[in-house]
Amino acid sequence: MKKLLLFLACLPLGAFADDLRPLRDAPPAFQAECGSCHIAFPPQLLAADDWRQVMRTLDKHYGDNAGLDEKTRQALEDFLVRHAGKAAKVGASLTNMGTAPRLTQTAWFQRKHREVSSADWRHAKVKTPANCAACHTKAAEGSYREREIVMPDGRRWED
Amino acid sequence: MKSVIFLLAGSLAMSAQAAMPAELLGGYAAAAGAGFKADAARGAAFYAKAFGVSAKMPSCASCHTDSPSQPGRHVVTDKAIKPLAPAANPERFSDPAKVEKWFKRNCSEVVGRECTAAEKADFIAFVTGGR
Repeated sequence: MKKLLLFLACLPLGAFADDLRPLRDAPPAFQAECGSCHIAFPPQLLAADDWRQVMRTLDKHYGDNAGLDEKTRQALEDFLVRHAGKAAKVGASLTNMGTAPRLTQTAWFQRKHREVSSADWRHAKVKTPANCAACHTKAAEGSYREREIVMPDGRRWED
Repeated sequence: MKSVIFLLAGSLAMSAQAAMPAELLGGYAAAAGAGFKADAARGAAFYAKAFGVSAKMPSCASCHTDSPSQPGRHVVTDKAIKPLAPAANPERFSDPAKVEKWFKRNCSEVVGRECTAAEKADFIAFVTGGR
């Protein structure tokens, strides 16, 4: 029994689907540069090509100039690409041709949020679908468990 | 003995941090030219001024609220922003590179250009309460 528990404990976290906990190999700049204006989005939520596009166009980053020095930019792109999700699952370029990739418009994100009403999306506290922390109360720590969800009007999420 | 050293190191680090906003202010004031004196009231007016460059964030106060000692919220993403005033958040104005980075980004976005050394000195005088 003890051996089995030990074995389970040693399984890589990535083996479980939709685990978005912070990754240990994140460069020091990840929180500071990607987590100041919005939470540092988990790399798994976009496909590699979409991350490359985001990181190629930082001077026009969804209305803001988020330009970085080349060394930092490259280190962050390498990290994001290394942990990017599969294109078939989170490939924004497939659903969002020709515009900046948005992790809130991937098939995976849409499916995960299909039960969220438009009134909840429009709630004044939400502002943008990329405001994960509006409902996922522990998003800043990379935890998106259902039981941690509190809808913007204060009600608990029930499946 | 060890604890004395720790205590000493701790108090040194604290005093270094406490001195930082004043040092930064001094650096910007010196760069602003001979005879310049930082003015907290001028900084307050700058902080509250609606520059009208960005529709969503016309002024510093758009995200940082009317008082720099209050926590703010990013008007686009709604992310929580810790207070700007070192009295409320000792991390502020303790890292010159970080200070320059955010002056550069936020001035470009809100003021529509980089801020001058004089504006930065006045700004720090305001958020530190003139101390």
